[in-house]
Amino acid sequence: MTRFHRLLPYVALATLAVAGVSLVGLPSEEARSEGVARSVRVEASTFAFTPATIEVDPGDRVTIELASADVVHGLHIEGYDVNLTADPGQPTSATFTADRPGTYRIRCSVPCGPLHPFMSGRLRVGPPSTFWRAIALAFIAVAVGGTALWRKPTRPGARLGPS
Amino acid sequence: MAETHTPRSPFGSIMTRVDLTRLPFVRSMLVARGPQLAVQLAAVAGLLLVIAAGLLGTPVGSRNPATVLVWIAWWAALMIVAVPFFGRLWCGVCPLPLPGEWLQRGALLRPRGRGRGLGLPWPRRLRGLWVQNAAFVIVALFSLPVLTQPRLTALLLAGLVLVAIAISLVFERRSFCRYLCPVGGFIGLYAQAAPLEVRVRDPRVCADHTTKTCYTGSADGYGCPWLVFPATLTSNVSCGVCLECLRTCPLDNVAIRLRPMGADLRRSTPIRIDEAFKSLVLIGSALVYAFVLLGPSSALRAAAAAVGSQSWLAYAAGFLLVTVVLVPGLFLVATRLGPSVGSSHLSAKEGLQRFAPALVPLGLAAWAAFSLGFVLTNASYILPALSDPIGLGWDLLGTTSMPWAPVGGPLVSWALSAIVLVGLAWSSRQVRAVAEDLAGGVRMALPVWGFSFLVTAGLLWVFVA
Repeated sequence: MTRFHRLLPYVALATLAVAGVSLVGLPSEEARSEGVARSVRVEASTFAFTPATIEVDPGDRVTIELASADVVHGLHIEGYDVNLTADPGQPTSATFTADRPGTYRIRCSVPCGPLHPFMSGRLRVGPPSTFWRAIALAFIAVAVGGTALWRKPTRPGARLGPS
Repeated sequence: MAETHTPRSPFGSIMTRVDLTRLPFVRSMLVARGPQLAVQLAAVAGLLLVIAAGLLGTPVGSRNPATVLVWIAWWAALMIVAVPFFGRLWCGVCPLPLPGEWLQRGALLRPRGRGRGLGLPWPRRLRGLWVQNAAFVIVALFSLPVLTQPRLTALLLAGLVLVAIAISLVFERRSFCRYLCPVGGFIGLYAQAAPLEVRVRDPRVCADHTTKTCYTGSADGYGCPWLVFPATLTSNVSCGVCLECLRTCPLDNVAIRLRPMGADLRRSTPIRIDEAFKSLVLIGSALVYAFVLLGPSSALRAAAAAVGSQSWLAYAAGFLLVTVVLVPGLFLVATRLGPSVGSSHLSAKEGLQRFAPALVPLGLAAWAAFSLGFVLTNASYILPALSDPIGLGWDLLGTTSMPWAPVGGPLVSWALSAIVLVGLAWSSRQVRAVAEDLAGGVRMALPVWGFSFLVTAGLLWVFVA
């Protein structure tokens, strides 16, 4: 068996994993439904956003109002061009169209104290897909790990017994 | 270039070694002390900058070089590049033990007389990795305040330097690195996966060499600072890549070789139980860190940061429960289930010792993924922090006002997942290889594989769900 043939299953698995991960993880096609206008007030204080998860429907016109209760905080939505900065007592807002279904991480974009790097929340556009994501990831993990487990390794020399 | 040793890897490929020290230029650069000293001095300068910035600079963690350089830049470079690809190479230039080592030797370069210090042997009861395991767990309990507060980072590093100096003046060689350093055990474990090794070319030459200058030292260099006789090296765990044996061997019998990744993981003898425990504690720590730092609960993060409070005590108890009890316990159960369905019979201890090395790839992948996620999100803090290192309003690099800009966006989670899946696949191969070595086949491997799958599932849940 040539090296190419030995590596072929792993190349196939890697391709499967990348394809699977991409299919499961990437935001799906742009929303086609006509959304509604939604307004969400997000309170930021002591390294947490409240609510921690913002849920909207695809196509919604979303206005987020950021209010800080202690120090200057920021709000950045990964995957959307949304950036807000709010001083204490001076809320700011931004409006965008939630045109990409999926779950996006929200982060504080202004250094606000020790736990700033971990201050995060979520924007969920569309119905929760956690269950199907978990199923898909479990399938990929079983396929990748199981195939690697199943193929018998080769090794010259005697087997080792327990010592 | 010489090629030596051709066993097969668990993936079936021929495990060829490439002897880098056969290249005259490489060898001369490694044997000469100047290049290594230059890097060491740069590292010491960096350490001093970090300690000064941590003590004198802004308390804002994401603006201070102490936290930004150490926990974003250095840690990510260590876990994503240095350890996976160069093993313990960092230990050869690490600044923490250098002041103590220089004091102990009374020299910066080649040996000059007897040096200072008592040179006592490290107590026999404290040898092995148990003290190092305990040191890691203790530091880990306080990790969130340390990695977010510059002053605590500086105090931790300064404290480690002072402890290293004290140990160097009382005990022989690099006892601190070998038996105490909380990061050293971590690096040593995962260095087994690296495609780089220091080994002797022919152990018979060492056996016939009466003076054993690689261990005792000579005018050309010091006896192995890591208290290792190079001819007995079978893994990277205890070799600090300090290059002294390369300098002291008069028979040109020491080589630095490229090898297939993970070549240490399939050993013919069981590893020590403290080594196995280290592997499990680090897997458990990666799970807890991922859940606490990247997970959805801000209350949990607040508890981890509030040292001394009731909520922190609960967090600490949970951390210890997962890392010291739950993960090792589950793994023990998995290794006990394996032999009962396979055809071999192992004691509980030997099951741990045989199968624990198979977790190294998954653990390394978990830490690399966790570190990659952190650095991609926070790397844009590095240049502003360097441009104004002590928070005095300087703009040395013209980057002080550079805005925060995370890299990768939503794709990061999936990149981290892919890394963990690679770790699972690699560990799965190792688990099967160990089972084959024990004549147990896939049935013996299945429970340990199940454990690896559960760890992977937990990490994927944090990264994606």
